[in-house]
Amino acid sequence: MLLLALDTATPAVTVALHDGSAVIAESSEVDARRHGELLLPAVHRTLKEAGTELGAVTEIVVGTGPGPYTGLRVGLVTAATFGAALGVPVHGLCTLDGIAYAAGEAGLEGPFVVATDARRKEVYWARYDDARTRVTEPAVDHPADLAERVAGLPAVGAGALLYPAVFADVPPGMPEYQSAGALASLAAGKLVRGEELPPPRPLYLRRPDAKVPANYKVVTPK
Amino acid sequence: MADEPLVLGIETSCDETGVGIVRGHTLLADAVASSVDEHARFGGVVPEVASRAHLEAMVPTIQRALKEAGVAASDLDGIAVTAGPGLAGALLVGVSAAKAYAYALGKPLYGVNHLASHICVDQLEHGPLPEPTMALLVSGGHSSLLLAPDITADVRPLGSTIDDAAGEAFDKIARVLNLGFPGGPVIDRIAREGNPDAIAFPRGLTGPRDAAYDFSFSGLKTAVARWIEAKRAAGEEVPVADVSASFQEAVVDVLTRKAVRACKDEGVEHLMIGGGVAANSRLRAMAERRCEDAGITLRVPRPKLCTDNGAMVAALGAEMVARGRSASAWDLSADSSLPVTDPHVPDPDADGDADGHPHSHTHSHDHVHELSRKNLYA
Ligand SMILES: [Zn+2]
Repeated sequence: MLLLALDTATPAVTVALHDGSAVIAESSEVDARRHGELLLPAVHRTLKEAGTELGAVTEIVVGTGPGPYTGLRVGLVTAATFGAALGVPVHGLCTLDGIAYAAGEAGLEGPFVVATDARRKEVYWARYDDARTRVTEPAVDHPADLAERVAGLPAVGAGALLYPAVFADVPPGMPEYQSAGALASLAAGKLVRGEELPPPRPLYLRRPDAKVPANYKVVTPK
Repeated sequence: MADEPLVLGIETSCDETGVGIVRGHTLLADAVASSVDEHARFGGVVPEVASRAHLEAMVPTIQRALKEAGVAASDLDGIAVTAGPGLAGALLVGVSAAKAYAYALGKPLYGVNHLASHICVDQLEHGPLPEPTMALLVSGGHSSLLLAPDITADVRPLGSTIDDAAGEAFDKIARVLNLGFPGGPVIDRIAREGNPDAIAFPRGLTGPRDAAYDFSFSGLKTAVARWIEAKRAAGEEVPVADVSASFQEAVVDVLTRKAVRACKDEGVEHLMIGGGVAANSRLRAMAERRCEDAGITLRVPRPKLCTDNGAMVAALGAEMVARGRSASAWDLSADSSLPVTDPHVPDPDADGDADGHPHSHTHSHDHVHELSRKNLYA
């Protein structure tokens, strides 16, 4: 297996290659405004570091968010197009699951909460019993509105760091953003065990901002 | 000819996901997935709705185009994509897809200008573009007069709208008349039953001291709305066909008058009209008559090639390949305000191959055209 993992749902543009037993190369850069520019060069660097080329990839996994949409779509459309060009399967995994997995690798035991920045003073979040077991659907909320549901639980991710009043316990040394290495390890483990991965569909969680215009405005002066 | 460049083009600047394939000046496929129905109830294109639809439609539309063209992806000589101008989030989906596709296939990537693509598409209909060509681009997003001595390297803006685009004016008047969205096709149809001289609506920016090649449709829009409101206030029935015809006449009169004048002033013998409004039957008829009177050859592609599509991007990409223009870099940006003077976005670092880009051409011809302005062709 040569698994290519990408995720652009958090400020990190992150790419990794996994050979079925370990991550063999990874490239991550944090720049929330340049996902479109940074992703392809990061893929190229990662392949070079591993001494291979894209044609050798046998599976692709992409973080499906939730995340700010414009950046999120860069990873999803890149993964889908690679898959079509190479004729290899493209899988999706919830971005929060990747961060939870990385938290587990960093030594956090459950239960805990993962929260990322959803902008507009909201967080994307989910609860985990342990690093591999998510127990709530990913959601988007104002931090204050979920204070009761996350009270007493340690929390990881940039969303938790942003709102210390709600996420009081953020253990040190935990991941802030997504790492494609963690996403790849999680996905490779599932694939090796024969588990089915979700399709690469975006988790937007919000409707598009679009208002049906109010009735036509009269221009004749009163 | 088999040695003409085979190029796939991707267009996602607004609400159409377009993928076209051309060989030189020959159209092989023009696949379009439109999200227009999803925008109709909002009375205009909603950027986030468009971007979501582009993501869904991207791969299926590429595959449909390849099937339609009957070519293998491995035979392509390059991948072209609209790098701008357009809706930022929408452009980014196409640019990301084009990069991934080009990289996976080991082909050069050409980020090209949407407006230059609207002009270049005419090569698929009427053969090589005369140099220079004057272009009138009119759609819901643009109203521009452009002079193109070389569509791959030298496109000069002569004028553009200072407020609404021509297509926007159609949409707004259709809304005042409760005719739905988009407004262009329905007004065109209803106007055929009306009298274009029934109401004398104003012609914007046509005074002796106004900018000769700029357009303004905002005053016209307000004048039409007031006229309709006055009728309604008086309890009279609004003559929808006459209003449509007279409004359309005002738009088309200004567009064609200024385009023909620009050709005469610049000594250009060929006028092409592109963009969605080029499908308007009255615009076509009036442009034909006025061009004939002025001894100008008019070129208007068929309506499907005038609206946003991938074939136009492929057409410009093929011209870039044919003329040996440099490919774009893998960190190409989607640029919502890409200037019309940049027909494409070459790799600024085209000599270095460190980024692994498969350069197939040198860039030594990129800047051969001097930008000396006046009377080049007079
Ligand atoms: Zn257009």
